[in-house]
Amino acid sequence: MTSTLTATQTCLSLEDVSIRYWNTEAVRGVHLAVPRHKVTAFIGPSGCGKSTVLRSLNRMNDLIEGCTLSGRVVFDGQDLYAKTVDPVEVRRRIGMVFQKPNPFPKTIYDNIAFGARINGYTGDMDELVERSLRKAALWDETKDKLSESGYALSGGQQQRLCIARTIAIDPEVILMDEPCSALDPISTLKIEEMIHELKNSYTIVIVTHNMQQAVRVSDMTGFFNVNTFSDRDAKVGCLEEFADTQTIFNSPQQKATQDYVSGRFG
Amino acid sequence: MAFSSDAVVHHPASLCFRPSLPRNRWNALLTVVVAVFSSIAVLPLVLVLGYVLFKGGSLISAELLTELPPPPGLDGGGIGNAILGTTIVTLVASLIAIPVGVGGGVYLAEYSRSGWFAQFVRFGTNVLSGVPSIICGVFIYGLIVSTRFFFGQSYSAMAGGVALSVLMLPTVIKTTDEALKLVPRELRLGAMGLGASQFVTITRITLPTAFTPIATGVVLGIARAAGETAPLIFTALFSPFWPEGLFNPIATMSVLIFNFAIMPYEAQNALAWAASFVLVLMILLANLFARWVARFTRV
Repeated sequence: MTSTLTATQTCLSLEDVSIRYWNTEAVRGVHLAVPRHKVTAFIGPSGCGKSTVLRSLNRMNDLIEGCTLSGRVVFDGQDLYAKTVDPVEVRRRIGMVFQKPNPFPKTIYDNIAFGARINGYTGDMDELVERSLRKAALWDETKDKLSESGYALSGGQQQRLCIARTIAIDPEVILMDEPCSALDPISTLKIEEMIHELKNSYTIVIVTHNMQQAVRVSDMTGFFNVNTFSDRDAKVGCLEEFADTQTIFNSPQQKATQDYVSGRFG
Repeated sequence: MAFSSDAVVHHPASLCFRPSLPRNRWNALLTVVVAVFSSIAVLPLVLVLGYVLFKGGSLISAELLTELPPPPGLDGGGIGNAILGTTIVTLVASLIAIPVGVGGGVYLAEYSRSGWFAQFVRFGTNVLSGVPSIICGVFIYGLIVSTRFFFGQSYSAMAGGVALSVLMLPTVIKTTDEALKLVPRELRLGAMGLGASQFVTITRITLPTAFTPIATGVVLGIARAAGETAPLIFTALFSPFWPEGLFNPIATMSVLIFNFAIMPYEAQNALAWAASFVLVLMILLANLFARWVARFTRV
């Protein structure tokens, strides 16, 4: 595919986004457009602000004290940070999967049903649970123990359960913050296969430390880096380069990207 | 010793334990000392339980638990009204302290995080938990009893319950605050990431997860309040009759013990011992119940 994306294909766009924690600037001047029904990966060294940018996409940063954002994050033509926007409503349409599997201390069934219930789902709950677990490739392993605790599952299964419960609220976008960093290679593979399936129905944004993973799962890649700006002593994260994954890994425009993807960094 | 012959050793390289070394002697001595001190520490508990059991245990009977105390000079009777009274007063205290305390704890842990108001409330709670119980009694006396706050009544079960709730409050707030802080942040974020509002997150995820420690703290708070005497003397007063209502003076076990133990009548003294036994047993059971609740694992 080419990187010429028309506006109608853009799902989320960031316009000059800067994020600060109290007086420390974490990320500055991010411009990027996340295409609909594609997988967009954020890569970069630790502390470059990729997770911060990811969390800004569904206003999870609101839960961190002192975190403020300037610029615009536009989703379906609406500025997510407009005064009239309800963050709870935003998170229902832009779901999130976290780095550490965090199932609720409830049964597997209730883990899935929780999100759907609070979102006012009135259809057949059994059917929804089965459908969500199937999409997360977890149904065969859990169909006989839906009434057991979510904690009874292995780490990889817990993470797929967390993805399943996000799918159950039927969001438009799924954000994943290093979803495989706590998992073994086999579980990682299963989740990557699942991501390939999911992009038919959802827009996915994934933060990863694993560059091979970015190559395997993503269509677009954003490389974040830490830079020193002349007006600040501290290092500030910024988006170095954003293009389709093939370009980033094979013929990046920036030298820093080239160094990072080829392992010659720092 | 064949293979150690060529090893150069300055000291006999024995690895055997030698009790005569100074460090080993000190170790043995100090072990004995701390063992003696810890025995002394549990001695009062054992003696109190044993003595109360010895003096009061033999008086346990069905009449004791169901009958009224006898008029001075007569024998027999029981402490039924005081058992009922303690239950009523503690119930009133719990009905006030649990909602206010759990609500306050939720506010501290979930809403205000570390603002100046939360710091102030936490500090205030710590101070309140150190206020002597008699001061709580005098305070409620001044606020409710002497002003005849409840329908012109002075001493009442209600006033006693309010005084005990003031004593319970810091325990309930603190345990709720601490228990909620122990709930992993990831669980809250997980719920929020699914589009749960803060209210839903707290009522459906955070509070149920922290249920066990909160319940334990509440039960311990109730157990502590049930045994208090000083705040009740000024507020609930005492009554030799069955409870007449929430707004009348009421008998409680602790005040019954206080009154009867110093009376010059054998029967009353015996009842005071029996009441002590029943009260200690109730508090022991409450503590065991708290431990049982704490063990109960949730899905």
